[in-house]
Amino acid sequence: MSRISGRFAELAASGKRAVIPYVVAGDPRVATTVPLMHALVGAGADIIELGVPFSDPMAEGLVIQVAHERALANHVSLRQVLGMVGEFRQQDQETPILLMGYANPVERMGYSEFAEAAAEAGLDALLTVDMPPEEVADLNAQLKRFDIDNILLVSPTTSIQRVEKIAELASGFVYYVSLKGVTGAATLDPVEVAVRVREIRELCQLPVAVGFGIKDAATAASIAVVADGVVVGSALVQKAADTAAQGGDDAAVAAAAAALVAEIRAGVDAAVSS
Amino acid sequence: MDITEKLLANTPDEQGRFGQYGGRFVSETLMFALDELEQVYDKLSKDPEFQRELDEDLAHFVGRPSPLYEAKRWSDRVGGARIFLKREDLNHTGAHKVNNTVGQALLARHMGKKRVIAETGAGQHGVATATVAARLGMECQVFMGEEDVRRQAQNVYRMRLLGAEVIPVTSGSRTLKDAMNEAMRDWVTNVDDTFYIIGTVAGPHPYPKLVRDFQSVIGREARAQCQQMCGRLPDALVACVGGGSNAIGLFYPFLADTEVAMYGVEAAGLGLDTTEHAAPLAAGRPGILHGNRTYLMQDENGQIMHTHSVSAGLDYPGVGPEHSWLKDIGRVNYVSANDKEALAAFSDLNRTEGIMPALESSHALAYAGKLAATMTPDQFIVVNLSGRGDKDIHTVAEVTGFDIEGVSQ
Repeated sequence: MSRISGRFAELAASGKRAVIPYVVAGDPRVATTVPLMHALVGAGADIIELGVPFSDPMAEGLVIQVAHERALANHVSLRQVLGMVGEFRQQDQETPILLMGYANPVERMGYSEFAEAAAEAGLDALLTVDMPPEEVADLNAQLKRFDIDNILLVSPTTSIQRVEKIAELASGFVYYVSLKGVTGAATLDPVEVAVRVREIRELCQLPVAVGFGIKDAATAASIAVVADGVVVGSALVQKAADTAAQGGDDAAVAAAAAALVAEIRAGVDAAVSS
Repeated sequence: MDITEKLLANTPDEQGRFGQYGGRFVSETLMFALDELEQVYDKLSKDPEFQRELDEDLAHFVGRPSPLYEAKRWSDRVGGARIFLKREDLNHTGAHKVNNTVGQALLARHMGKKRVIAETGAGQHGVATATVAARLGMECQVFMGEEDVRRQAQNVYRMRLLGAEVIPVTSGSRTLKDAMNEAMRDWVTNVDDTFYIIGTVAGPHPYPKLVRDFQSVIGREARAQCQQMCGRLPDALVACVGGGSNAIGLFYPFLADTEVAMYGVEAAGLGLDTTEHAAPLAAGRPGILHGNRTYLMQDENGQIMHTHSVSAGLDYPGVGPEHSWLKDIGRVNYVSANDKEALAAFSDLNRTEGIMPALESSHALAYAGKLAATMTPDQFIVVNLSGRGDKDIHTVAEVTGFDIEGVSQ
């Protein structure tokens, strides 16, 4: 069983939901990331989602776009991101790590070489935003060699037939994009999400995590009651950026981000236990 | 590889692949919209009524067919082969772009969409989109890099006069690629009521195919005009390549005529030996951007690189996937012309023919002049004069150090 499947199984057994924070690797500084990841785990994160900076992040709203730009200004490459994963693993062998990024850096490195290096670093899963099921077969074959989970997206526009196809190809969990739009958009509808998540569950055995538009303990709680996990990205990235902009050092950035994750953890736990 | 009618008819394949290029690399949210567009287009492209509507618009709104004009004085100047210009600059709105926007706007109307969006570099595609939107009474928003808004102020104003909203894009390099990112972000957000009119033969399947089909009117006309005027097909075709829609439009109907040589001219900017150019086929390598796999200008980490060309319309780090395929199978020769050569060709055509070419088209002219000189007077070349250069006079004045504002004093 992969680390991700194991983590979801543990959570299910104890009646809990996964809290999955997203940060961009190398933002605001290269040295921020690994301590930040540990701090997020300390605050209650179950899985860490690490954004791989890309020059053309087409699915991102403004907050995460500028985070990618900051990380690229720090010259953060995919290889370096894998280096951060390896460094994190030296202290933490339990927490699953998911990389979220775009196809081209992986394509440039080569699928086989990426999969090998990712396994070596201790990576658990990859989500490539611009690789729908139709395009993912070659990459998937390489990831499978090392039991790295391939996380696929389901969106509000995904047909039933496509959900079935995605269920066949995905492993680890399914990532439901809660809205039509980019990351950090403001129009999350918990009722609609509930209906869709129920539909996905009927067609797919994998856990379903929900992302896009979850920004605080209240929105996280409203989604946690209907899903297996919640992803919080833009709000966290913004908080880290604000702290750094006010002169906060890496420890201050980590503390601020951890505080938000702790609030979300508490909100989610309270919502599912009541 | 043998280029047969059968091969061409099956390219792209069902997955939108031209060899290993093309495909559909977009986020899941857009997949249903691309499926829907593909189905509607498959149906309408075989529907005689739709074709009749399209032909009527091309004849009476765009002003087709565009003339094939022999540039005799310029040919005499450069020597060698005779040079004919396919006058896309005479189309309504002044470039080939409108051939495609007329077609996509008809698709949008058939799909019941009330709003269209577009990306634009030089502004020609934005103007062509704003034009068809005005005519069909659709809301129109055009995404344009802030840097291009500055370079192409006149086209920005034209779009506004046509009732479109121009949204300056401030992310990334602030040029065409970033405008396309932003248009994709808008589309994913408003996918229910919005039709994205992509301006070139790039993007996810079926865009490279449908834009090619709409632009192929250029080559079909040129083929018939060559037969009529010269009694045979040309020895060579030359067109500039940014995304590559005018080039595909000219080349496509000739691809199976293997006796016709083809040259796609990329922008070499300050030179291919610098990083200041926009020639992915000459100096890039395959990768994935904007929904398709194709040659890209990218660094060793797979980040898309900044590009440079004096012409905003060629200032793009990718190229249509069909060009990548045609390069690999050797059917088209991809060459380049730098800023200086393009500016010289711009000036030469003005002075010898009384025609002001777009800076994009000037790249094709620059290479055609060199090519003609190596050929004989019994041979002839067709150059796609893809657009007119009025939009570029401020750029030319700036580069050549001429003070337009001070001209009246």
